[in-house]
Amino acid sequence: MSVLSVKDLRLRFHLRHGVVHAVDSVSFSIERGETVGIVGESGCGKSVTFLSLLGLIPSPPGRIESGTAHFNGRDLLRCTTGQLRAIRGRHIAMIFQDPMSALNPYLRVGTQVMEPLRLHPSCSRREAWSRAVTALQNVGIPDAERRMRAYPHQLSGGLRQRVMIAMAMITGPQLLIADEPTTALDVTVQAQVLAVIKKAQQETGAAVALITHDMGIVAGTCDRVLVMYAGRIVESAGTDAIFYRPRHPYTKALLETLPAAHQPGQPLLNVPGRPPDLLGEIRGCPFAPRCPHVVDACRETPVSLQPVGDDHASACLRVQAGEI
Amino acid sequence: MDAQPQPMLEAEKGSSLGQDAWRRLRQNRAAVGGGGVLIVMLFLCVITPWMAPYSYEAQNLELGSVAPRQAHWLGTDQLGRDLLTRILYGGRVSFMVGFAATAVSLLIGVTYGALAGFLGGRTDSVMMRVVDILYTLPFTILVIILMVYLGRNLVLLFLAIGAVEWLTMARIVRGQVMSLRKKEFIEAAVVLGYSRRRILFRHLIPNSLGPIIVYCTLTIPQVMLLEAFLSFLGLGVQAPMSSWGLLIKEGVETMEDFPWLVVFPSIVLSLTLFSLNFLGDGLRDALDPRAGKD
Amino acid sequence: MLRFVLRRLLEFVPVFFIIVTLTFFLIRLAPGGPFAAERAVPEEVLKRLNEYYNLDAPLYVQYFDYLRDLAHGDLGPSFKKPTLTVSEWIALRFPVSLELGLYALGVALLIGLAAGFLAALRPNTATDHVPMSLAMAGICIPNFVLGPLLVLVFALWLEWFPVAGWDLQQDKVLPSITLGAAYAAYVARLSRAGMLEMLAQDFVRTARAKGVSETGVVLRHALWGGMQPVVTFLGPAAAGLLTGSFVVETIFQVPGLGREFIQAAFNRDYTMIMGTVLFYAGLILLFNLIVDIVQAWLDPRVRLS
Repeated sequence: MSVLSVKDLRLRFHLRHGVVHAVDSVSFSIERGETVGIVGESGCGKSVTFLSLLGLIPSPPGRIESGTAHFNGRDLLRCTTGQLRAIRGRHIAMIFQDPMSALNPYLRVGTQVMEPLRLHPSCSRREAWSRAVTALQNVGIPDAERRMRAYPHQLSGGLRQRVMIAMAMITGPQLLIADEPTTALDVTVQAQVLAVIKKAQQETGAAVALITHDMGIVAGTCDRVLVMYAGRIVESAGTDAIFYRPRHPYTKALLETLPAAHQPGQPLLNVPGRPPDLLGEIRGCPFAPRCPHVVDACRETPVSLQPVGDDHASACLRVQAGEI
Repeated sequence: MDAQPQPMLEAEKGSSLGQDAWRRLRQNRAAVGGGGVLIVMLFLCVITPWMAPYSYEAQNLELGSVAPRQAHWLGTDQLGRDLLTRILYGGRVSFMVGFAATAVSLLIGVTYGALAGFLGGRTDSVMMRVVDILYTLPFTILVIILMVYLGRNLVLLFLAIGAVEWLTMARIVRGQVMSLRKKEFIEAAVVLGYSRRRILFRHLIPNSLGPIIVYCTLTIPQVMLLEAFLSFLGLGVQAPMSSWGLLIKEGVETMEDFPWLVVFPSIVLSLTLFSLNFLGDGLRDALDPRAGKD
Repeated sequence: MLRFVLRRLLEFVPVFFIIVTLTFFLIRLAPGGPFAAERAVPEEVLKRLNEYYNLDAPLYVQYFDYLRDLAHGDLGPSFKKPTLTVSEWIALRFPVSLELGLYALGVALLIGLAAGFLAALRPNTATDHVPMSLAMAGICIPNFVLGPLLVLVFALWLEWFPVAGWDLQQDKVLPSITLGAAYAAYVARLSRAGMLEMLAQDFVRTARAKGVSETGVVLRHALWGGMQPVVTFLGPAAAGLLTGSFVVETIFQVPGLGREFIQAAFNRDYTMIMGTVLFYAGLILLFNLIVDIVQAWLDPRVRLS
């Protein structure tokens, strides 16, 4: 049974010089306990999709135009601010990219880790304290009692991200949204932080939505992958299928850019061209201008995500037609 | 290199930084309004000696303190001097002090700041330490003492106020020069063997013009305010000369009976300060869109 | 932290010395003297007066004498108001200025912070534009304009408050507002800017994602950092409140140190001027130091480094 089921989500930013179609007809679901990777270039709408579910998009200018997002049988997009606030932090938790700026420099680590507990279930300060210490120990922070009294700037980047994870997991949420959790960290620390997320997930049975632009991270951690491009999901499949049998030209292009796929002596590849401008409506396939397989129909016909195999969906017309 | 200069593409011609800023400035209604008011005000003040039917010091004791009427649009003061004329003459003094003192602070501040930023190292840190220390001096008090003792002399007023206001200018210019110094075109100029003097005056200072202009527009109202403040305390411009601060001071003394004598000069002074501040804010936003709004 | 304070205190010594020297020679080098203006003083008496106050000694001797006395905390007698010494005059007048300054600061912080934070919470709406336009007015209307206008409206026309004086509680309303208005305006602008900057920070988004309410976001997460620019401003503001009181005390005939200073300046009461200037300078330096300390203490990143 799915924890989160999003249908036809559309989000637009109404700016003075036009309307940005940030998220366009996005549908997906996340099952209990699974880890779903959401990949795509920066600006493709992966973060805003999840921020909008939690009501964290400033409005105006952001506006959700349509869609439903059922979480535990309740439509997040139709919740009042109060209802959403009760869900945020308690049932859905989120960790962010840069643990330096995402932690409040003026408050002690302990205060911030305890805050979700103090807000949601009635929980005494002493109980919150001991649970926070346990939470910090669970994410592998040595000397947790002392760290509780520290300020964020006194911790290293890796430790700060662990604090973020502890803070997110302390309420035992059903869904953890990890927005580029390792991007700001050293490569060696990245693996540790991913392991910590994995461990926390196994202990609580939470589902994880891992937002990243790094296909390498997806390979090691995720059960399923959603590939986003220009505010849409262009391919959705199990991790193995994505890596070994990609069914969308954009996914293929992304995989070719991986350093691991790279032949020694050959230049490193990148996806040629630039992502489209989301100002204004895009008719047809948004990837068409960069696609090596493009035909005239791609530029004109509206595309949508369609099943192209067992638990595998693609938004490529030609794949859907069986041409490639 | 024998390549022909490329014909400039249409898109590259585009808009220079100046044109861009000008366009942004014109879109800012408060700034345009402020600029308009200032132009009108300046124009009136400049033409006053040729246009005004009265002299700023001509007394007419039979017409002492009359309320606004046809012959005297804003009334007269106790000695029967036409208030409108005195306000416009006062404007000449106030603007003159504003511009002259700002020019003094500009001269000292830009030279000092540019030198500190350009020379860098120990010289810079010593020079900026001096500025820090001067910042803590109670300057208003020193200016008051200066005015009391060295006579209430206009030129001195410019110098005294200018000497107070240059500190911030020096800091701004130094910051600009420091950041510009690392840019490639300055390094190119160094490699080309240009003299330091030329680099400083032809490259560094002109490229810091934006913040300098902005700070100037914001200094002028401060200076005019300081002049008015001194004149109000009786330490600035002396009668029968006129200045807005002086007119307000005179007006306050009789405001119970003749309120217009304090109200009109107050309005004119506040309106001018408003306009200058709006224009300054608008210029800042136009010249440096990143500086943000506060 | 202690070293920081000590270093700053050491820096005061040269600054203070510059102020003493500058003021001393500025005053003395000008023509005229404390007793020059009085017409009826016979030559003989004037000479005796000058002798008595040591004014006939060479200037450098007077300067070092003054420094010596100053080192002992002695600001000398007042030339023009010999009933009290300069220190006694300051002790008598300063509490009034301090009271006025504190009321004005109260006005500035109360109105300024409320307006600024209100504006920051609803940016680009009427709750933002109205207070910010008023703030612009507060900055552009100098206190010597605001004061008379307030008197005109509230004292002369409406007769709600007295025109001048400093005895009853209602005497203190108009001067405090006059002095505090401009600072309220600055505080409003600064607190709005500081608050907006804080609300745009990543950690505020984190707090929201944790389910913190808007009130909690503002009070617990943004307020601390949003106050910083205001705290920085309090140093210059304190200095400004002191010097600004020259005008306000003159308008409302408040018997404070500011009016005393202006009178002393006009009367060329050397010791009185020196005394008040040094007193003011000391206060301003002290305020700057306090602000530096408070600011460092507010930010754990500075406090613990």
